[in-house]
Amino acid sequence: MSEVRVKKSIEEINRRINQGKAVVVTADEMVDIVAEEGPKNAFKKVDVVTTGTFGTMCSSGAFINFGHTKPKIRASKVWFNEVEAYGGIAAVDCFLGATQVKEEDPLNKVHPGRFEYGGGHVIEDLIAGRSVRFKARGYGTDCYPLRELEKEVCLQDLRNAYLYNPRNAYQNYNTAANLSERTIYTYLGILRPNLGNVNYSTSGQLSPLLNDPFYWTIGVGTRIFLGGAPGVVSWAGTQHDPDVKRGENGVVREGAGTLAVTGDMKEMSPEFIRGASIVGYGCSLMVGLGVPVPIINEDMAYFTGVANRDLFYQVIDYGLDYPNGINRSLGEVSYEQLMSGSIELQGRTVPTAPLASYSMAGRISRILKTWILENRFSLGVPQVPLPTTAFDRDRYPKLNY
Amino acid sequence: MPTETVSRNVLLIFNREIMYNPVIYQAVMKFGILFNILEARIWPRQEGRLVLQLEGEEKRLEQAISYLEQEKVRVEILAERIKRDLERCVHCGACTGVCKTGALDLDRRSMEVMFDPEKCVLCGQCRMACPMAAMSMASIDMDVLTAR
Ligand code: SF4
Ligand code: SF4
Repeated sequence: MSEVRVKKSIEEINRRINQGKAVVVTADEMVDIVAEEGPKNAFKKVDVVTTGTFGTMCSSGAFINFGHTKPKIRASKVWFNEVEAYGGIAAVDCFLGATQVKEEDPLNKVHPGRFEYGGGHVIEDLIAGRSVRFKARGYGTDCYPLRELEKEVCLQDLRNAYLYNPRNAYQNYNTAANLSERTIYTYLGILRPNLGNVNYSTSGQLSPLLNDPFYWTIGVGTRIFLGGAPGVVSWAGTQHDPDVKRGENGVVREGAGTLAVTGDMKEMSPEFIRGASIVGYGCSLMVGLGVPVPIINEDMAYFTGVANRDLFYQVIDYGLDYPNGINRSLGEVSYEQLMSGSIELQGRTVPTAPLASYSMAGRISRILKTWILENRFSLGVPQVPLPTTAFDRDRYPKLNY
Repeated sequence: MPTETVSRNVLLIFNREIMYNPVIYQAVMKFGILFNILEARIWPRQEGRLVLQLEGEEKRLEQAISYLEQEKVRVEILAERIKRDLERCVHCGACTGVCKTGALDLDRRSMEVMFDPEKCVLCGQCRMACPMAAMSMASIDMDVLTAR
């Protein structure tokens, strides 16, 4: 990353935040500023751009320590409201996955299944302060004699409850279509046969990682908005891949970077963390996440100013291609087209629908902006960079602004 | 000048005593209203149910509905039965992809999902598509006693 010139450091920006002098705008606002004044002036003017996203993020879950009991138990099987959590770690630790479905759920036996309750719902219930039925089983040891435990617990009774999401905030994501001849029920929603509709799940110009396409400012240690509370980027997310197709503006045109994120559930709000039931697919968690992007140089001003019409997504067939692992794009569409309600694809006009909430994403970016302006939130200095790709300016002609 | 017409989607429930009477024909003839059949279910000799879109001048529609009730047809106005729980709704938009009538639609400026119950035909698709279980409604299978 020797090519990256830092003209305004994160430390310097933090000082400005502290002095109440920082200029903070949302990514939506930054698009207008850069369009009017150009990246050079925007860099001089703006210190931080806040982003946001709110959508279903399956690769999520919670590490929970339910505290020692009398007598003690080494819980090897654990359930919350009949949803099993993984107990194969220390005595009273477990991991509750967002997509774990309640025991005895009929799943897809009557297709499409409804998946009414799962790990994501437990996480929401806990954050909302509702009590859940906790059950644990151990095999009994000399040090941990108790074999069975059952009680009502709420979040405050749990010793620790941390959201630990291995992969969130996908930078760019597939737009889903269906070329097959039947209606399909996918994690990207209900898709009508013969290209009847397309669904997309991203927040466009508000997306955290689309605003920092080469991960120059977002790394391990970056402080973020997670579920209504301050959280942190704890590692590169699983499947993080910087080496994908990029446009002339340097922005990725398919799924690329991801973030692993962590935060304390005891500080979160049920408004921004919601259990989700996806018909025919399963249970999941809707996560509200926002990242502040420091404008360390003119290029960062350029990137944060990239507008919805210049962000491109691949349309993928979930009827046959995706399930069979066939890597093929049906075409490329801009976020602006997707947002308009219909796209042109293979000579046809196809209606579109989002699955991620743009209005919630906007709210998150505005809340994060307020936090920073009120000096309640400072920027984290990345301690370990995310894996990235070499930045060769000549490959991205649009950066010659 | 043509008088203004309105449209109402209704669920009509015919019990066994009246299920073979031509009351809809009578209502149409008497009050000059139009109807579209959106859904129909018949349990022979027990009960018949129809989801209709009624169209006509507001006053005449109301008269037609009172006439049907007088003839012992149970009339449920569907717009009064369908609800979106705004505490649950996150404005994701998943429902707008399956709603064919535009009852659920994105406001392209605020990117919030608007809901117009008058346009709803109670197809139930949004309830299936909504990941938040925010939509609840009466359907042709509704249990009238418990729904009351
Ligand atoms: S699918 Fe449900 S949560 Fe999403 S906008 Fe529609 S009603 Fe609201
Ligand atoms: S039931 Fe839902 S999907 Fe069907 S018309 Fe009404 S609002 Fe639209």
